[in-house]
Amino acid sequence: MTDALWYFARGSGVVALVLLTIVVVLGIGSRSGRSVFGLPRFAVSLLHRNAALLAVVFLAGHVIGLLFDSYAQLRLFDLVVPFVGKYRPLWEGLGTVGFDLLVAIVVTSLLRNRLGAGVWRAVHWLAYLCWPVALLHGLGTGTDRGTWWLWTISLTCAGAVVAAVGWRVSPAFARFPARAERRVAPRLLEEASR
Amino acid sequence: MTRLHIDWTACDGRGLCTELLEEMLVEDEWGYPVSRDGTTEPVVPPPLEDAAKRAVDRCPMLALKLVRR
Repeated sequence: MTDALWYFARGSGVVALVLLTIVVVLGIGSRSGRSVFGLPRFAVSLLHRNAALLAVVFLAGHVIGLLFDSYAQLRLFDLVVPFVGKYRPLWEGLGTVGFDLLVAIVVTSLLRNRLGAGVWRAVHWLAYLCWPVALLHGLGTGTDRGTWWLWTISLTCAGAVVAAVGWRVSPAFARFPARAERRVAPRLLEEASR
Repeated sequence: MTRLHIDWTACDGRGLCTELLEEMLVEDEWGYPVSRDGTTEPVVPPPLEDAAKRAVDRCPMLALKLVRR
């Protein structure tokens, strides 16, 4: 039984990482205002949300599995307070930080209509911190640390996110790049160059 | 009567509402939604109320609102 919990926690952690990678890529895709992977824009947005909620389910499994596991020796407050664990506190703490950030992002998203777009967007930017923290947590701790298959999955996930962020910061990202240009009236540019 | 209110200061023309509510909205050349009937606050026909609610829910800028008057 103890072993089963440990295996379950490892498996659900890896699945959560893969899902979070998909969530980040789809989130960047939905920000572009373009149809991506042949999906209409509203479908990209819904898939982003649903994949995120599925990631939360696997992350809950990961965390609850570890809470009752005899190797990890987690106390209840270890689930929310990072870097005070008994077993590899740094790497375990990164997982706790990622968990806290994800809870903040998901809760503010579910309450988006009440909080307003500004608060929601500000907290949503934390995804760019949450994802790398989760990746490092997986690379640094657990029985599967250093195995070829976990490296393969981690590097594939990293490649997908780096490619998406590269696209995000490129000038070709927005659907109407020309909109940025028309923000400054030509008269003002003339006056400035005088 | 339900009307669809578009907050133009918040709208960024991401284009989700024109997909979800194409019976009422069409994109202008910059991607911003324009009501097909030419009014600023178009009336939502009862059969389209669910679709309108979905459009309101999915707007990434929270720029859409259903108003009853």
